[in-house]
Amino acid sequence: MGLPPYATTGQKIWHYSYLVICGLIFFFLIAPILTIIPLSFNAENFFTFTPGMLSFDPDAYSLKHYEDFFTNPNWQQALWNSVKIAPVATLLSVALGTLAAVGLSQSHVPFRRAIMAIMISPMIVPLIISAAGMYFFYSRIGLQGTYLGVVLAHAALGIPFVIITVTATLVGFDRSLTRASANMGAGPVRTFFRIQMPLIMPGVISGGLFAFITSFDEVVVVLFVGSAGQKTLPWQMFIGLREQISPTILAVATLLVVISIGLLTTVEILRRRSERLRGMSPG
Amino acid sequence: MSNTGPDAITGPTPDNAIRQADIAEKEAAGGDAAHAGPVLAADGTPLKQSLNRALRRQKLRALALIAPLLVFILVTFIAPIADMLFRSVENEIVEETLPRTIKVLEDWDGQGVPGEPAFEALAYDLMIAAELKNHTRLGSRLNYETTGVSSLFRKSGRRVDDIGEVYADQFIALDPAWEEPATWIALMAAPGWSAGEGEIPAAFEMRDGVAEVLPRTADMYGAFADVIRTEDEESVADEEPWNIVYEALYRDLSENPEAAIAFDGENAARLAAAAEAVPGFETTTMSEIFIDIDKDWGSNNTWGTIEAFSSRYTSGYFLASADYQLTPDGIERQPEDQQIYGLLFQRTLFMSMTIMISCVLLGYPVAFLLSNLPMRTSNLLMILVLLPFWTSLLVRTSAWKVLLQQQGVINDILVWIGLVADDNRLELINNQTGTIIAMTHILLPFMILPLYSVMKTIPPSYVRAAKSLGATDWTAFWRVYFPQSVPGIGAGCILVFILSIGYYITPELVGGTTGTFISNRIAYHISSSLNWGLAAALGTILLAVVLVLYWIYDRIVGIDNVSLG
Repeated sequence: MGLPPYATTGQKIWHYSYLVICGLIFFFLIAPILTIIPLSFNAENFFTFTPGMLSFDPDAYSLKHYEDFFTNPNWQQALWNSVKIAPVATLLSVALGTLAAVGLSQSHVPFRRAIMAIMISPMIVPLIISAAGMYFFYSRIGLQGTYLGVVLAHAALGIPFVIITVTATLVGFDRSLTRASANMGAGPVRTFFRIQMPLIMPGVISGGLFAFITSFDEVVVVLFVGSAGQKTLPWQMFIGLREQISPTILAVATLLVVISIGLLTTVEILRRRSERLRGMSPG
Repeated sequence: MSNTGPDAITGPTPDNAIRQADIAEKEAAGGDAAHAGPVLAADGTPLKQSLNRALRRQKLRALALIAPLLVFILVTFIAPIADMLFRSVENEIVEETLPRTIKVLEDWDGQGVPGEPAFEALAYDLMIAAELKNHTRLGSRLNYETTGVSSLFRKSGRRVDDIGEVYADQFIALDPAWEEPATWIALMAAPGWSAGEGEIPAAFEMRDGVAEVLPRTADMYGAFADVIRTEDEESVADEEPWNIVYEALYRDLSENPEAAIAFDGENAARLAAAAEAVPGFETTTMSEIFIDIDKDWGSNNTWGTIEAFSSRYTSGYFLASADYQLTPDGIERQPEDQQIYGLLFQRTLFMSMTIMISCVLLGYPVAFLLSNLPMRTSNLLMILVLLPFWTSLLVRTSAWKVLLQQQGVINDILVWIGLVADDNRLELINNQTGTIIAMTHILLPFMILPLYSVMKTIPPSYVRAAKSLGATDWTAFWRVYFPQSVPGIGAGCILVFILSIGYYITPELVGGTTGTFISNRIAYHISSSLNWGLAAALGTILLAVVLVLYWIYDRIVGIDNVSLG
């Protein structure tokens, strides 16, 4: 992207203004997320920078919104509900999804395209439609407003991500390894757990992370399928934003950003590892 | 997944083996006659047969691995969607609640108000519905079509108890035995039937032949017995019949004075006496009673609505979604002030389009920069794209809610640098602007990522070649680079568009009243107005649009190629 030494003045002006434009777009992308972090330490119940904050007065900063998050029973209940729902939903989607992805990668699967379309569909259908359908159907069979109902719904939403990541890993899987294992007398189950599973593990884990974040961040479906007893963290934030907007939301948001950074790093490391195993250079 | 297809598998599969076996057989047949005949496997069966068996086993194993998830998705996801599609046309409630009325209305010509039989059937249906507390549900259902029906049904349900009281009084005055539940059981029940001593009384058994001579009475007494047993869990032997049963008996006896001959003993005598007295009874007409309860029963519109929505399946919800309505006179446009869905669909499409275009305008330069920088720098800058992508949707929405407020950061900065006056702060939230800004930010990564992956594959030498042939920077970009990046724009646009037309959370929180989408209306109908049928119809239309767009997306890029960061 460097400018050649023979660039004309016009080209130089264009080049630098282009860089400035890109800088502004990057700023647009990242600034909202970065702004809420300092705002969450506001000592006042305001949503903007107080004069004290701008002059870096230590008294203008406080942890009181974080304190509220960790002591307020509403938020604690919501956090606890999220922690109870997301891992179980993730486990369900990873277990079923990995199994199915292994099945789909076999050489002869009848109706592969149709099956694939059905399995990917929870990702394609807009959430509001999934939520409406699930609300109607789950109230018919008595799952609406139950813990099980929310877990099943979230597991269904997470499955496409597991399928996509695991099948992508399986594409690079060397089949002669399973044949070699069979040749040495291992049964299909043993081959799967000892040979295939360790190799596709990065795909399974990143699929699981996607499923986890889907469930952990999900609010539309839980709003309809859940009842007050399943109020999750995003739900509580949604209520907070719609009704009594309190700065505690910013503290929660900051904590969630930290979690996202952690997850992003994990997925990136896994992706590189898996590409290295396949003999590609990390991209 | 196309590259995991049968022929892309490395190494031998049963497929290849079968093909080889075929070739071997043909060679053997064409060559030495002594070696003709099928090639055999080690266990003596023909090789092709045993290979086919292996192939079948492999297919079954694959299906067995897929089956649990397939069943899971079908139950937890596909069934709900199917249920929604079904609900958008389902309309059983009218026929289930008013079966007799619907039957009578089949012969109605739709002019004026139907005759006495329709009112009579309505009284019977409404009595049962009011006892089962179904009439209010039906009222709210029909209220979606004609306002006022809900209160009409509620009002009538309260007063339907009294219909027929005048006959009950006269029967009892004639013979006090008519007041006794035992008299009715002796008359109507099959000989030897008793309610039994259990918690829940035994099911009522009608005497043979009653339905022929006293059809209305049998119908209503049977319904009465069922409701008493199932709803109130009491024995019919302890309950005086509803007033309307006396009305039914009156009608039956005036139509068929000879009914007594079907009975014997005390029943026959009592019935004969009643039949004799009936012509002298004081009478009322049902239509008068109903019109007295509410004058809407005398209006053609009420009856027309009931008739128009009497079928089990209706196109009414879909018509309502398109701002039409089903009226007694056929399909009509909604009144001007109630045409909201056309506007809402237009607004959803327009705003999704705007968001899509802003995403292209902002995403293209960034993707171009990222794909042309050295790997190390671009990976670093990629974090700035991926971090918003990975951050919770609610975090980003709350950030915008905080930033865009009138007392928020953006307005503060604008006031501080003097672009706007302090008393004239910009309204950036709770309108279309708010939704467009916030959603462009939220969906921008979905534009940048596909664009980037396409631009990565464009060899830089093409542009260099164009320049060396004398093209200016602009011509080289526009004639050589841009056309090659079009697939990326297409993929990104469809993806952003699909995601945005189904968005709910962000418009709900920052859209106010003017910046909301069709999905907000769906949510409103599910949780506030409880018009589930209309919600389902709107959802079905939205789903159809999304599926068509996905089909196009699949043709252009392939769903399997969705990259996840």
